[in-house]
Amino acid sequence: MCVAVPMKVIEVDDVNCVAEIDGVRKTICVMTLDDVKPGDYVMAHAGFAIAKVDPATADETLRLMREIVESEERDR
Amino acid sequence: MRYIEEFRDGKLAAKLEQDLVREAARLARAITLMEVCGTHTMSIYRHGLRSMFPENVKMVSGPGCPVCVTPVGYVDMAIELARTPGVIITTFGDMMRVPGTSSALQKERGAGKDVRVVYTALDALTVAANNKNNEVVFLGVGFETTAPSIASTIIMAKKLGITNFSVLCAHKVMPEPMEALTSGQLKLDGYMCPAHVSAIIGEEGYRPIAGKYGVPCVITGFEPLDILRGVIMLVRQVADGRAEVENEYNRVVLPEGNRKAQAILADVFVKSSAVWRGLGPIPDSGLAIAPKYEAYDAAKKFGIVEPPSRENPACVCGEILKGLKGPQDCPLFGKACVPENPIGACMVSSEGTCAAHYRYGAGALAHA
Ligand code: SF4
Ligand code: SF4
Repeated sequence: MCVAVPMKVIEVDDVNCVAEIDGVRKTICVMTLDDVKPGDYVMAHAGFAIAKVDPATADETLRLMREIVESEERDR
Repeated sequence: MRYIEEFRDGKLAAKLEQDLVREAARLARAITLMEVCGTHTMSIYRHGLRSMFPENVKMVSGPGCPVCVTPVGYVDMAIELARTPGVIITTFGDMMRVPGTSSALQKERGAGKDVRVVYTALDALTVAANNKNNEVVFLGVGFETTAPSIASTIIMAKKLGITNFSVLCAHKVMPEPMEALTSGQLKLDGYMCPAHVSAIIGEEGYRPIAGKYGVPCVITGFEPLDILRGVIMLVRQVADGRAEVENEYNRVVLPEGNRKAQAILADVFVKSSAVWRGLGPIPDSGLAIAPKYEAYDAAKKFGIVEPPSRENPACVCGEILKGLKGPQDCPLFGKACVPENPIGACMVSSEGTCAAHYRYGAGALAHA
């Protein structure tokens, strides 16, 4: 029930934003989140933005995972 | 979004599995971890992750789906309201098939009652605005992930002066039942904390569980790589003899959570005791509508109280939600109780343990 999806914010007004995933656009309420800007990624749950997604951290996480993998490959 | 693809990378998963095996080899004994969130349960089944867990790392499912823990009495109240002339019931789709004592919302709709599925709580408010001569009741169930959206809708209703809207409120919070389970029958060695509940509450709520009870907590995302990393982090804590709150899902969950949503929750709700299906009443584990907004409290507005009700005595949902039993221990599983005709809540929600087990089979449960 609480499955949330990451969406890219296209435009914002006071209570809503238009956000996009896989080319599908939806109106998402942003009352529950502070300063949402176009270009941000948000987690949308039941029509509300509940959190921002930090793409930099996501990249970093993946980079670290790959690094661990590669260092192990070297160790072996 | 491309991160979803990448967090499912099979090659990385295979490597993480090796890491997990290495960490698990450091354990002095077999351990039991609990994923409290139904979405984790579902993801673990769907991606066959249980088969990747080493023999000495057992993962059990907890009470993490609001649909699964909604007591029969609440469904009965909703049905009573649906049968009240002039009332339109609005709800998230998951609640439609949850069995009450003698009916379910879906049956009521079939019998001509006005029960409507909405995608967001704000849609329920729109129904109210468009049906001024009716009373529109929204069924407010859900944890910290969902509760802020219902709270926002109540704030919005007040702002717009919509008076024919109210919420039958059964919202619940997650850390309290986790604490209750920690001191229960099951000896737990670690919690995989729910991803999106944590996006709201942050790390703070789990501190007592790690501090007071010495049970490691790792906030974990829902993608397969997230889950594998979460398990590795938990196993590592146990092997090191640590019990801390760690955050695997820091691309979404901030240490302080979502402050704005927390403020909205604190404005609209007050903590209350709540009944959990299978777990019974737990103090401070529920959210009730604050006196300031009581005009939007459907139970007060219509003067209804939870009727005495009973669950099917053969259903072992309660034990399942406590991590003590699995679906295979239930005599009704797959026979009298199937997703098309659920007897207990664990079979209703697609995130319920019985439904996941039914759909993805026993193979995925090899180590459970
Ligand atoms: S995400 Fe929320 S609703 Fe979904 S299973 Fe987890 S706690 Fe339950
Ligand atoms: S199989 Fe059905 S009756 Fe048995 S525990 Fe699961 S939900 Fe309850």
